Amino acid sequence: MKITSHEARERISHRDTILETTVRLMIPFIQLYGLYVIVHGHYSPGGGFQGGVVLGASLIMFALAFGLTASKNYMTESLNIIIANAGALIFTGIAALCALLGGMFLDYSVLANILPIDPISWRSHGIFLVEVGVGMGVMTIMISIYWDMASAGRLDEGL
Amino acid sequence: MKLPALLATLVTGALLLYGTADFAVWGDPKSPPNSNISVHYVEQAVKETHVPNIVTAILGDYRGYDTMFELVVIYCAGMAVMGILRRREDS
Repeated sequence: MKITSHEARERISHRDTILETTVRLMIPFIQLYGLYVIVHGHYSPGGGFQGGVVLGASLIMFALAFGLTASKNYMTESLNIIIANAGALIFTGIAALCALLGGMFLDYSVLANILPIDPISWRSHGIFLVEVGVGMGVMTIMISIYWDMASAGRLDEGL
Repeated sequence: MKLPALLATLVTGALLLYGTADFAVWGDPKSPPNSNISVHYVEQAVKETHVPNIVTAILGDYRGYDTMFELVVIYCAGMAVMGILRRREDS
């Protein structure tokens, strides 16, 4: 169902105290949980994709409760794109760095040439670094797709 | 236009279902998926990567190339949606 921006603004003007308070209380815990899922991916189910989706969902929830333009105060368009590119570049950059240091593409153990710790530990830390890149990319792309889909690309109030 | 699409869907689905007949028996320890490389992963992953979660070890290290392009696919999807839908205020 297509709604005009005037209708959308009408809907947004009906702010709901219960909804906004609930969302404001929940978002810190959701974001903390998202970070936990990314960081704890080595020991439990989780990782960059899942944690990134949880982090992105927290901002989408904020945009649903407070309006799309309000969410852009916390994650601006340009910052969103910068983080998305940084996430993709962290992963591909670390992979290429491994190849440049004389190992195989994505062979994290050769990163021990830069920071001399145990090469096998570097394989663990390399996985963590690329998971952070995955989390950044997934989070921002989730938010970006929501913005575009909800407002038909105008990034005004939308839903 | 709808009938050819339905036929194509049904034929593809039938082919895929036919293909599942060649899958290894679930839980068979002698089947190729269970006897080839996965034995190495199960026995050596923690020793070789120091990651207790074997899924993360395979996803991030042994199959890192796959994971990298998963991220690139998501990135391309986001950029495509942005390129198609996003409009400036003045245009």
